[in-house]
Amino acid sequence: MFSPARSWREFPQRYRLEAARCTVCGKIHYPPRLVCSACRGRTFETVAMPREGAVVTFTTIHVPPKGFTEQSPLDIAIVELANGVRVMVQVADLPEADELRIGDPVRLEFRRICDDGEAGLIFYGHKAVRAR
Amino acid sequence: MREVAIIGVGMVECGELWEKSLRTIWAGAALAALEDAGVDSVDHITVGCMSPGLFVGQEHLASLLADELGMAGVAATRVESACASGGLALRAGIAEVASGLADVVLVSGVEKMTDVDGADATYALGSAADQEWEGFHGITFPGLYAMMARAHMAHHGTTSRQLAAVAAKNHANGLLNPHAQFHLKVSIDDVLASTMVADPLHLLDCSPITDGAAAVLLMPLARAKDLAGRRPVVRVTGSGMATDTITLANREDLARLRAVELAGERAYTMAGKGPRDIHVAEVHDCFTIAEIMATEALGFFAAGEGGTAAEAGSTALGGKLPINTSGGLKAKGHPVGATGVAQVVEIVTQLRGEAGQRQVSGATVGLTQNMGGSGGSSIVHIMEVE
Repeated sequence: MFSPARSWREFPQRYRLEAARCTVCGKIHYPPRLVCSACRGRTFETVAMPREGAVVTFTTIHVPPKGFTEQSPLDIAIVELANGVRVMVQVADLPEADELRIGDPVRLEFRRICDDGEAGLIFYGHKAVRAR
Repeated sequence: MREVAIIGVGMVECGELWEKSLRTIWAGAALAALEDAGVDSVDHITVGCMSPGLFVGQEHLASLLADELGMAGVAATRVESACASGGLALRAGIAEVASGLADVVLVSGVEKMTDVDGADATYALGSAADQEWEGFHGITFPGLYAMMARAHMAHHGTTSRQLAAVAAKNHANGLLNPHAQFHLKVSIDDVLASTMVADPLHLLDCSPITDGAAAVLLMPLARAKDLAGRRPVVRVTGSGMATDTITLANREDLARLRAVELAGERAYTMAGKGPRDIHVAEVHDCFTIAEIMATEALGFFAAGEGGTAAEAGSTALGGKLPINTSGGLKAKGHPVGATGVAQVVEIVTQLRGEAGQRQVSGATVGLTQNMGGSGGSSIVHIMEVE
């Protein structure tokens, strides 16, 4: 599925939610990039992302892809964090009767995302849970 | 630039073609287009194919297919823009003929999707999304469009029933198309009762997994007129392409398809036409919500009114602007790399007045809109009877 090198190079974003703020216009990019999509600036500083945010849109996937079949049905959302950055994340711990709505407050928690079979790598990252 | 005409069209029946390999499917469509045009040699072949590597384990496709047609030696190019690969193959072919690099170009699209199982097909299609940062979390293509549908519903009040109306309409059109994968009457209630794939999209809101191929032949307009005899000659008058962020989370407005808006504007400008000049259109209905959003992005309906228009029958045969008379991706099938070319086959057939029971009477100006992934790319063409 994925090489160990890929897993390793993504640690700063997956584990620590590190983003890059453009020093020209201030736009925050997650993941970091070489050119700012707003002003084409080329200089950035590393910033940490907040864990708090709100649901922008969401779905429940009943036919999940390989690696996620045990987690079906899969709640997944685009979440806008407090710094304005939007991320695609799973929504965890949602009881079936609990209906998500646009605008619902959530917070990101460090979780196991998927694995590459019994002998393969285990991938970690962040999932959203309801903020109460 | 030289004026470019489409002189021949051909496609094979779409479906689960277990007995045929990718090259056989493709050659069937290519031969049909050559025969339709009455041409037996070409200068260049363009092939739109999304992922032969993942679907059948074959790359280096253009050379393989040129040889399959007995034309080894000819120039041949494969282009890829996910599900918009077919539209891109047409655009690449137009560039060849318009620039004078080639006189006769065979434009083709193909996808063989049923040699892998459903999970592998989902994986291959998913490679058109941002795999590192979105696919990583388990999102699928129905899931991405479901998120757009949810946003469209929240912004505009679009309903599941309006989405279902698109599916019912396209299946009704598919009943009239002998090349369609499904000849199946589907009601709005059938769609709403079908199993949920990614909330709010039901199974019958989704286009199927399809094997298929389509081809069209391009040449300079002057030469096409000599060759066509009394048959109408169709000219490509507008071609527009645009991109958008593939990462869905980075879209400013999830209820809009910006790449379709830009590609449409560019094609309209080049053709000197506007949305009201179009008589018939094939748009990229990989999911029902995609057709609604595309008809808004192309200016056929105001933002937020695509769902109402579909439910009111404005886009049905006999409506104000018939959309997807072929049955669309929904009923005709969605062999991803072939789709953009199959759309052109339908519009040329309509403009020639050869569409039989699904003919839009008096259609002289048509449009195709092909889309990659969740709108990360889109290609729009405008065609007119000369």
